[in-house]
Amino acid sequence: MTGLLIQGASLFGGHSADIRVRDGVIAAVGSLSPELGERTIDAAGLVAVPGLVDLHTHLREPGGEASETVLTGTRAAAAGGFTAVHAMANTSPVADTAGVVEQVQRLGERHGYATVRPIGAVTVGLEGRQLAEIGAMAHSSAAVRVFSDDGFCVHDPLLMRRALEYVATFGGVIAQHAQEPRLTEGAQMNESALSGELGLTGWPAVAEEAIIARDVLLAQHVGARLHVCHLSTAGSVEVVRWAKARGIHVTAEVTPHHLLLTEELARGYDPRFKVNPPLRRDDDVHALRQALADGTIDIVATDHAPHPDEAKQCTWAEAANGMVGLESALSVVQLAMVETGLLDWAGVARVLSTTPAAIGKLAGYDAPLEVGSAAHVTLVEPEARRTWSTEHLHGRSVNTPYTGRELPGRVVHTVHGGIVTVHDGVLGEAESIAALAKEALRG
Amino acid sequence: MKHLLSTRDLDRATAVRILDLAEDMAHTADREVKKLPALRGRTVVNLFFEDSTRTRLSFESAAKRLSADVITFSAKGSSVSKGESLKDTAQTLAAMGADAIVVRHPDSGAAHQLAHAGWIDAAVLNAGDGTHEHPTQALLDAYTLRARHFGAHSRGRDLAGLRVAIVGDILHSRVARSNVWLLTALGAEVHLVAPRTLQPHGMQSWPVTVHEHLDDALSLALDAVMMLRIQTERMHAAFFPSAREYAREWGLTAERFARLGPDTMVMHPGPMNRGLEISSAAADSSRSTVLDQVTNGVSIRMAVLYLLAAGSSGEPA
Ligand SMILES: [Zn+2]
Repeated sequence: MTGLLIQGASLFGGHSADIRVRDGVIAAVGSLSPELGERTIDAAGLVAVPGLVDLHTHLREPGGEASETVLTGTRAAAAGGFTAVHAMANTSPVADTAGVVEQVQRLGERHGYATVRPIGAVTVGLEGRQLAEIGAMAHSSAAVRVFSDDGFCVHDPLLMRRALEYVATFGGVIAQHAQEPRLTEGAQMNESALSGELGLTGWPAVAEEAIIARDVLLAQHVGARLHVCHLSTAGSVEVVRWAKARGIHVTAEVTPHHLLLTEELARGYDPRFKVNPPLRRDDDVHALRQALADGTIDIVATDHAPHPDEAKQCTWAEAANGMVGLESALSVVQLAMVETGLLDWAGVARVLSTTPAAIGKLAGYDAPLEVGSAAHVTLVEPEARRTWSTEHLHGRSVNTPYTGRELPGRVVHTVHGGIVTVHDGVLGEAESIAALAKEALRG
Repeated sequence: MKHLLSTRDLDRATAVRILDLAEDMAHTADREVKKLPALRGRTVVNLFFEDSTRTRLSFESAAKRLSADVITFSAKGSSVSKGESLKDTAQTLAAMGADAIVVRHPDSGAAHQLAHAGWIDAAVLNAGDGTHEHPTQALLDAYTLRARHFGAHSRGRDLAGLRVAIVGDILHSRVARSNVWLLTALGAEVHLVAPRTLQPHGMQSWPVTVHEHLDDALSLALDAVMMLRIQTERMHAAFFPSAREYAREWGLTAERFARLGPDTMVMHPGPMNRGLEISSAAADSSRSTVLDQVTNGVSIRMAVLYLLAAGSSGEPA
């Protein structure tokens, strides 16, 4: 592989430096002159952050190829500055065996746009009745470390206790979709004065908070590690803050949409704004932002959830939950967190790369932009402004909630293990990225 | 007025205008020739995803009295089934040249989507969407209240000074929601009565007075008490323990009816569950407006269809 020299990038938004990449690794950082035959990227005016890591992505393959595939989803990821994604288990068949997780992992490896880390199901078929073969998935070539029934809550308290204990045996973590099922039967939107007015069945905050409260106590009791998916309410923040103060091993994620959008968007009954957990109140949005800034919430994860048109071109009640989010995530975080002064770019790197990698036990992200680290680099133009549209999407589905909004920032280049997956805002061709990935694998 | 989706969109002046127009329409029913030519050549489509013979017949007869061409699609016995999407059905009907679409749907927001999703251009009239709104029901209720209270002096009036209690399953009632916004816009004082389990979250922020005990509300000098239909399947979802307990606590029993003031109207959107939310003594009394409500429904629907589909702002000849 030819060498690469990134010139004049502002590291984490601070001082400018050149970054030399050799054999997929950062070989030097400093004031560097191009070497013979070295490819150069002019990064003047761009901020360099480590490649982004998403802990919560729905790639839909196998089974949901009408909405997304590993290829299309990782192209969307690269376009959004991601170099690694964790693929949720709710595929068909469900990722509850070594066979399925290995298949998903291999597809990611072959396409080369991003590292694909499969998430294993906690229970067989996501049915919440019997533990899936967690050990087999952990020991497979996919080396699964994150387990989740996402889409469903592991609501049986005894099963949750056992799952926490059992995955700890393999150094894993349970990522819980916290939703008390009985309290959310038929739920359509946040339960509030607005749901009462719109005649949509409410999804009360307590249904999330009660499960998180139970789970942190279980995690404390058995001494295991818990991760809370897409935390969405101010009350959940308080519970996690309390748990962390008591030394409980809990981490939490927030989605970009919960950092920006509110339930008011349900007023028009446009199913693009239907998501689970639902969009909440303005007070929740502010509490989530503060919690992300102060570390109570550890990371941002997209919950990228592609759906075909027909799943959104219908009534609100009939529509599927979820939004695509890989391409817009960094812009939304910039808008909600950076431009409000709550996070600097080093903070962005922490919540969108270093910490999600640490939670997922993903190697190569613990010393970001340092010599010797894997060359996962994302170069952002913070001054850019875009009126968001489906043209900015690269996956197979277009269910973005941001159409028509002005969003700041633009991912200009993405480097995944030394491979330039996005150059000047343009995705590399699938064949050439796959060929480079193959070459890199051979070493 | 392009669409009628919610009574929230109606200000006092517009609402009074609709009631006055409905009064004109009612007079045509007394004439020898009951039909008006107002919508001749216009097509009104009744699109019913939810079975409701009475509402459908009311809209059909309203459209026919205005000389419109009427097409009815019902959930049973036609292409409209759970599999076909609202979008596809609406586009098919628009292609048939529908000028106005009257839609009844089990999902909240369906009428709003038809009007605003960009699928079709026709005027949309919400004939009941899920647990959201049923604006023509509220308009016919307001009309009934006004007609009974002011008689021949109704024209031009609103409902200022009238006190109305709405009793029962507010949570699941589109009739209650539409009435709250409309009756308050018309100046009435609205009281809502329901067990805590059947109150929508945040109802305290509505422009109403909330009561949890029916007897508290009945002790006020009410001009009307509107009993909502209770669906017995609600008790299986633990909204209340049993039909007997519901009737005892929140039903308009004969004993409670006897305590009402002599001029208090008894209203019900129908169909009634006699012995559950309403006793026969109340339902069959002279103070019951149940049959007036049915008659007035046609006049109100004529008025609204005229405003939506006639394509001009003038009053009918
Ligand atoms: Zn989830």
